[in-house]
Amino acid sequence: MGCQHRVRQSHNGVHVNAVAISALTVTSCLGAGLGETRAALLASRSGLTPCNFETVRLQTYIGQVAGVDAQILPGGLARFECRNNRLAFLGLTQDGFMEAASQAVARYGAHRVGLFLGTSTAGILDAEIAYRNRDPFTGRLPETFKYAESLDFFSVASFVRKLLGLNGPAAVVSTACSSSAKVFGMAKRYINRGLIDAALVGGVDSLCLTTLYGFHSLQLTSALPCRPFDANRDGISIGEAAAFALLELVDEAGAPGSLALLGVGESSDAYHISAPHPEGAGARHAMQAALDDAGLMPAAVDYINLHGTGTPSNDWAESKAVEAVFGSKTPCSSTKGASGHALGAAGALEIAISALAITHGFMPAGLHCSTLDPSCHINYLRANSASAPRVVLSNSLGFGGTNCSVLLGRFA
Amino acid sequence: MTAGVRAIGLLGPGISSWSHGRTVLRGVALYQPQLTLIPASMALPPAERRRAIRAVNLALAVGHEATVGVDVDLTKLPTVFASSGGDCNNCHELLETLATADRQVSPTRFHNSVHNVAAGYWSIATRDTAPYTMVSAYDGSFSAGLVEALSLVASLRHAVMLIAYDMDYPDPLRELRPIPDAFAVALLLQPSLASGSMAQLGFSFGEETAALMHRPELESLRLSAPAARALPLLELIACERAGLVGLEYLDNLSLSVAVTPCN
Repeated sequence: MGCQHRVRQSHNGVHVNAVAISALTVTSCLGAGLGETRAALLASRSGLTPCNFETVRLQTYIGQVAGVDAQILPGGLARFECRNNRLAFLGLTQDGFMEAASQAVARYGAHRVGLFLGTSTAGILDAEIAYRNRDPFTGRLPETFKYAESLDFFSVASFVRKLLGLNGPAAVVSTACSSSAKVFGMAKRYINRGLIDAALVGGVDSLCLTTLYGFHSLQLTSALPCRPFDANRDGISIGEAAAFALLELVDEAGAPGSLALLGVGESSDAYHISAPHPEGAGARHAMQAALDDAGLMPAAVDYINLHGTGTPSNDWAESKAVEAVFGSKTPCSSTKGASGHALGAAGALEIAISALAITHGFMPAGLHCSTLDPSCHINYLRANSASAPRVVLSNSLGFGGTNCSVLLGRFA
Repeated sequence: MTAGVRAIGLLGPGISSWSHGRTVLRGVALYQPQLTLIPASMALPPAERRRAIRAVNLALAVGHEATVGVDVDLTKLPTVFASSGGDCNNCHELLETLATADRQVSPTRFHNSVHNVAAGYWSIATRDTAPYTMVSAYDGSFSAGLVEALSLVASLRHAVMLIAYDMDYPDPLRELRPIPDAFAVALLLQPSLASGSMAQLGFSFGEETAALMHRPELESLRLSAPAARALPLLELIACERAGLVGLEYLDNLSLSVAVTPCN
């Protein structure tokens, strides 16, 4: 199994390192699959609802996916039962994605298809419930609780690897809210280095007590549906999502006009464990690195899907970073007012939304922003725009000062 | 896709450093198991040091050892962290709190629960604005981290730090994930042509089984923690031997690492 560096002919002299996005699917509180997601975005419909999740009693809104608990994992994989893997399965069964993955396995061989998934929660909800049901005498967890198949960070990749018969390199990336953006960079690099021919990438994060009570303890959750870039924004609404993409060699799947992963840029703030750099220095470096990777100038970007969590500090710092790289004209919005913040799945969720913007020719509004923060000097879209972006940037910024920007477009 | 090993950091039960571990792996010193001693990181600012959990100190300790006396700009050094479960003591405390009636999670406990907490603190301690990542692949976490680090060295043509670490698990999780003690290894990797490497590494994917340690006490150490799956590789480097070593990675896929000593 060789691993020579591929010297690639560029299709148009620009996209030297681009890889093809040959299949895509997304499931969040906006709906299951690309169609429902697009319909919700076009209708400016938010999926956020008052929190009534499990036994959680907090004044906050959540983006809960419908029908997760009704999912039954296929035979032989029942030991992977947990909310996170049920959500992964629900997501994978949309948009013909499993079939596309199977075709990639048939085309390249199971060892030549990688699997790189982002998650921050894995199946921790099931561990939370197991801890409430410990044996009162021995302290042991109930026998139904399976560690490696739920709480372990790799559980979702282990499940998907077995479900789809993938035998290539695999890893879970867990870097908080940048997790499932970073896997796009990882897979792109492995494809370009010849380690693999294709990769299934994505993110799966599911609602749990840890993140709901945890973000509440940091006073980062809003009691209202989150209001990114609104002058009165006061925190996040936690969501959940499963979003996947199939990345392939350009030679095989990079037909003119087809969807391309143009560039990925990453950086670290090196500033604070749970607060962004106040001037957005890390976010600025990540966006610039993505442009450099794609060989594009800032003016080539038609729309930016912002990280835009709805906390005062995140949105302000991100606006500074966007202004520094792009000026204040490039249309941009955060779609978290619609979807909530899917944390470890936010990157893949918003990359999928960015792809929809390109393939269906629209720019989604940032919901719940009644008064744009006057200190944010950006062209923030408060209503959908019908103009069709050719190149879209998606930002994912996380705890621990981790930043990842992903550029999407079409092959020329 | 090859890289040179510029420096190593090592910490585990009965292994206090790479220079000590090297003598054990060469058979010069006996292996005497004892609890892993994790020093507090002096590299962190005082406020961060107070809040740092053991996994952070563990990762920073081996990373620091692999940079002492090495001419490398830490502020621009991309890093790859690899850990199966991170700090499960912190996770356990969080789960216990969430099982109580009031569920009053400590904010510090929560921010320490992100898997990239050690990576975040490393970037703060070293003012490192280069990207970091945090990979996890159960018992193959070290191999996943090594593949990631070697691919980055090749792509960036720049040095990359790999820090693999795992912590002991508390009850009741230990019964399900029996990692008895902390183990960590750091490899400072650099492009093959750079000077000062102790060994060159190349790799390929295969299906052969992972190499074992010949001495039973070191074999049980290898099996004790995912990061310790690096031991057969470290043994070849310590003994300055050329060879091909299989490392545990994934079901139906192992990692073959070719080691060539530099002299």
